[in-house]
Amino acid sequence: MHLVLFFIFGGLCVAGALNLLLQRHPINSALSLIVVMSSLAVLYLLLGAEFLAAAQVIVYSGAIMVLFTFVIMLLNAGREERTHGSKAAYLVGFPGAAALLALLVYVFLSYRRQLGGVSLGEYLVTTSDLSRVLFHELLLPFEVTSILILVAILGAVALARKEQ
Amino acid sequence: MVPTSYYLVLSAILFTIGVAAFLIKRNIITVFMSIELMLNAVNLSFVAFAHQWHQVSGQIFVFFVMVVAAAEAAVGLAIIIAIFRTRNTLNVDEIDLMKL
Repeated sequence: MHLVLFFIFGGLCVAGALNLLLQRHPINSALSLIVVMSSLAVLYLLLGAEFLAAAQVIVYSGAIMVLFTFVIMLLNAGREERTHGSKAAYLVGFPGAAALLALLVYVFLSYRRQLGGVSLGEYLVTTSDLSRVLFHELLLPFEVTSILILVAILGAVALARKEQ
Repeated sequence: MVPTSYYLVLSAILFTIGVAAFLIKRNIITVFMSIELMLNAVNLSFVAFAHQWHQVSGQIFVFFVMVVAAAEAAVGLAIIIAIFRTRNTLNVDEIDLMKL
């Protein structure tokens, strides 16, 4: 059951990410990224992270991707054209990425025995567990992030404003 | 039961696709989206390790990464809008003022 769910949603993730890579129009890439983020939320649930699954749907596939699609539509972004720079990127990008993937997969699979497995419902971090740590031990970093968000809002408004 | 390494391999695959998209894509918005994809891949490995060692701090890290990603997306998209206003293009090859 768990393995089936993992392969369905993991496959959806990889398919969405590949679609992001292959599509030429940014709006199609944005929509496939929403698929990736939503199926990642299901994987978080399988890993027993219920708050993060909800936050992933709300923050990532909700807020951030809506912002992206909004900007794509606002700027009326069309299909990207092939330029001289993309040839060099193809030459360096694909072998480099393949080498990185091979290295990471080799490392992870060689530690397969030591890492153990994930069973459904064996370990669940509830929202109250998470908030207990967040509001007791990490209260200061949590408060600092609110200042970060405030600065980001002000910066976004200042940058996107039309210059006089 | 799913081995934890499967989750890590999935996160490696997503991260690599993100790196490839970052290098290959020429549209600045798509380049930015591939950064988000890489952040998501790393988040998945954080959650997998948090489950592996039964530590809440891994999930706390993911929470902070989400906060920073939201702030980064807002500021980055504002910068993209400003670039489009001044240069009328979204192609990264034409935005090369800081290139040697």
